[in-house]
Amino acid sequence: MTISLWAVVAFAAAALALLPIIAIAATAVADTGDLWGHIVQFVLPQASWNTLVLLAGTGLIATFVGTGAAWIVSAYDFRGRAFLEWALLLPLAVPTYIMAYAYLDILNPLGPVQGVLRWVLGYSSPRQFRLPDIRAMWGAILVFGFVLYPYVYLTARAMFLTQAANVTEVACVLGVPRSGIFWRVALPLARPAIAVGVSLALMEVLNDVGASQFLGVRTLTATVYTTWVVRTDLAGASQIALSMLAIVLAVLMLERWARRNQRYAAAAQNARQMQRQRLRGHSAVLAFALGLAPIAIGFAGPALYLVVAAIRRIEFAGFSSSLLRATLNTVSVSAIATLAILSVGFAVAYVARIHAARWSATAMRLASIGYAVPGTVLAIGILVPVAAVDRTLGSAWHAWTGLPGGLLLLGSGAALVYAYSARFMAISVGGIEAGLSRIPPAYDHASRTLGHPAIGTLLRVHLPLSRSSLTAAGLLVFVDCMKELPATLLLRPLNFESLATLLYGEAARGTYEDAALAALIIVAIGILPVILLAKTSRTFR
Amino acid sequence: MRNHIMTLGAAGILAVAAAAPTLAQEVNIYTTREPGLIQPILDAFNAETGIKVNTVFLESGLIERVKAEGESSPADLLMTVDFGALIDLVNAGVTQPVQSEVLNAAVPASLRDADGQWFALSGRARVVYASKELDLDSITYEQLDDEEFRGKLCIRSGQHPYNTAMFAAYLAKHGEEETKTWLQGIKANQARAAAGGDRDGARDIAAGLCDIAVANSYYYGLMASGAGGDEQKAWSDAVKVILPTFEDGGTLVNVSGAAVAAHAPNRDEAVQLLEYLVSDEAQRLYAEANFEYPVSATAEVHPLIAAFGTLQPDGQSLTEVLPFRARASELVDEVNFDTFGN
Repeated sequence: MTISLWAVVAFAAAALALLPIIAIAATAVADTGDLWGHIVQFVLPQASWNTLVLLAGTGLIATFVGTGAAWIVSAYDFRGRAFLEWALLLPLAVPTYIMAYAYLDILNPLGPVQGVLRWVLGYSSPRQFRLPDIRAMWGAILVFGFVLYPYVYLTARAMFLTQAANVTEVACVLGVPRSGIFWRVALPLARPAIAVGVSLALMEVLNDVGASQFLGVRTLTATVYTTWVVRTDLAGASQIALSMLAIVLAVLMLERWARRNQRYAAAAQNARQMQRQRLRGHSAVLAFALGLAPIAIGFAGPALYLVVAAIRRIEFAGFSSSLLRATLNTVSVSAIATLAILSVGFAVAYVARIHAARWSATAMRLASIGYAVPGTVLAIGILVPVAAVDRTLGSAWHAWTGLPGGLLLLGSGAALVYAYSARFMAISVGGIEAGLSRIPPAYDHASRTLGHPAIGTLLRVHLPLSRSSLTAAGLLVFVDCMKELPATLLLRPLNFESLATLLYGEAARGTYEDAALAALIIVAIGILPVILLAKTSRTFR
Repeated sequence: MRNHIMTLGAAGILAVAAAAPTLAQEVNIYTTREPGLIQPILDAFNAETGIKVNTVFLESGLIERVKAEGESSPADLLMTVDFGALIDLVNAGVTQPVQSEVLNAAVPASLRDADGQWFALSGRARVVYASKELDLDSITYEQLDDEEFRGKLCIRSGQHPYNTAMFAAYLAKHGEEETKTWLQGIKANQARAAAGGDRDGARDIAAGLCDIAVANSYYYGLMASGAGGDEQKAWSDAVKVILPTFEDGGTLVNVSGAAVAAHAPNRDEAVQLLEYLVSDEAQRLYAEANFEYPVSATAEVHPLIAAFGTLQPDGQSLTEVLPFRARASELVDEVNFDTFGN
């Protein structure tokens, strides 16, 4: 009886995740006149090309920085290594749009970096000397690469830690020089893990609207916006959105292809750690500097800038009450959504454990599909069905009581909880599933043999043992909800601003300086799971 | 599981609390204009009438949201930052006509719909910010593609409504071929990617990145008044504002406006708010806090804005230009306006 209830929850989660995609597909089949011809001829080629260049560039930098940093902290020992090991994760706390907006200011010809450069070089005006403008493809690639490399760092480091020990020693014995081990042994072994990290980073690029807008790179996501808003053509926008899903699927296939070899990794999970080579003197300083650079660019720079800008702003205009309200809104909606996402995510992952069958695995994959859909697209897909439910409920309420019917889901913020759930379910399901897989089935059998019913086994064995994976997933989900922008913009109720929408609103009217404090709060809260992640990934290596 | 039930319970309570209609007088605004810009005016309205004003800023998707909500929509007043978007609302059938002596008296006939489906509330000109180091006192829109500005012009995304409105007006006057050549010229003149906002134009002129920038008139007031801090004041100090004209016409003016929603639950309050927005007091606030041109003939332009010179609006009406907007937006794609360089 309990079991069928679990299955119902899992299938309901899958259906709810699919609903927005179906709604988009239904919108896309509407007649758009000759717009599609224009889109195919003038919009898709350029925007797809831009998107691919951006993805390739970002992927390259994230791979290079992420893998390099992971190797430095895994293969060598030097003063400051322990600090680097967790601090390299810090850019995860900075949303891409905040990173872009910070660097626009920092690297502006009137900004601090170029000011110092001019002073050093002896120029008095930016008319005599200035760096190339960051609002370009290369600027966007650098910004995305340095804020998203932690995804690669995380997965690559885990691989170096769990796999490298035995094989590197064998390689040493066989006479491979120390410098050759990275290229000939560790890197080929870590390739699947790196691909997983890169695909996660690329999904973030595809989801971004703000950063590419600030930096003047016309991506597919940006053209979805243009087609929808400027041409007021939702059907056309849905068509582009569906073409985008093709790219997303390609990225996902990259990830699945990479995971082919993952069983390999699991077999080596209890391997010893690689012996780190002790560095001294110049080489130790060099290693530390190399590890520090990505943290400085991806976190310290923007964070410091936000602190300075926020202080200046408070001095100038004081602390606005709307910011406090937005913080409360953000935290409470994100908390409710996180609880919902964790509960459903647990149910979905748990069904897949107790019913190891094709249907349960399918339900799990479908429930996670929203992560592959950019927030902008998902938002449109959710608005249509949710508003339909609201209209029906509203008229039923009106017929029953004679009072005007309100909007139950859109008016209460429940639509936001739904949107966040659809979008971030994958993080919760994936994390919890990984946690459950570490609990040997023998525990289940022992518990059942000792007379506990299924529910008792769940409460006394699985839940307590999943505590750390639940916590980690919960924090990641919470921070993602808190940063979420496009769906929040479209689906929030009256008088409701989140930190992200507040920030976006300020940016929309060009008053970036007012947004610094909101951005700072987002980054500060975002650091919490990074610290936890650093701690747990140390325990579980 | 326990968590799950508690969550559902909590969400349910929240939902009921939020969705229950309240008895206090209120009016709900859906706006594509960042509400911070009009907040002082809404606060004044609340202080005067006691009517509570609720807002939600929907930068995009206002139409979809109102349409999807249908008869259950709480929206009373729909406000847009751009004329085209205002007419889109009317065409989508989400507005209703309003007849009001007050509105008809305050708003000139050309700035409102004959049936009362929409009303303009404030105006602004699409102007040129020029470096003070440049010896430039007048310019026409036709000259924006001149070779003398090669690599020296800053402008935001060609797909932004502020720009498509300008391009549509050009298209209406000069036809497709000339407009395309003109857009290609402006693209060649770009000093950097067409991105960011209008204030960035002033900042980039101060930084020596460009000599001229295309921007809205009120941003100059917002910067020059010091309301955005000393840094922005310094940007505005580097530029002078020129009111450009068409060779055979005047300056491009666009409007922000509002319409009463088709299913407005608080229609009377919405009309009352509309009437307040065109009152002398609110129009003065539009001019003082926001540096816009008031629509009401009796309200004064802010001195910072008046210093640009006398505004001679172009003879082509906004309604005449509107049908050219979609094609203008397509031309922006065709010349690849928003991709810097190649």
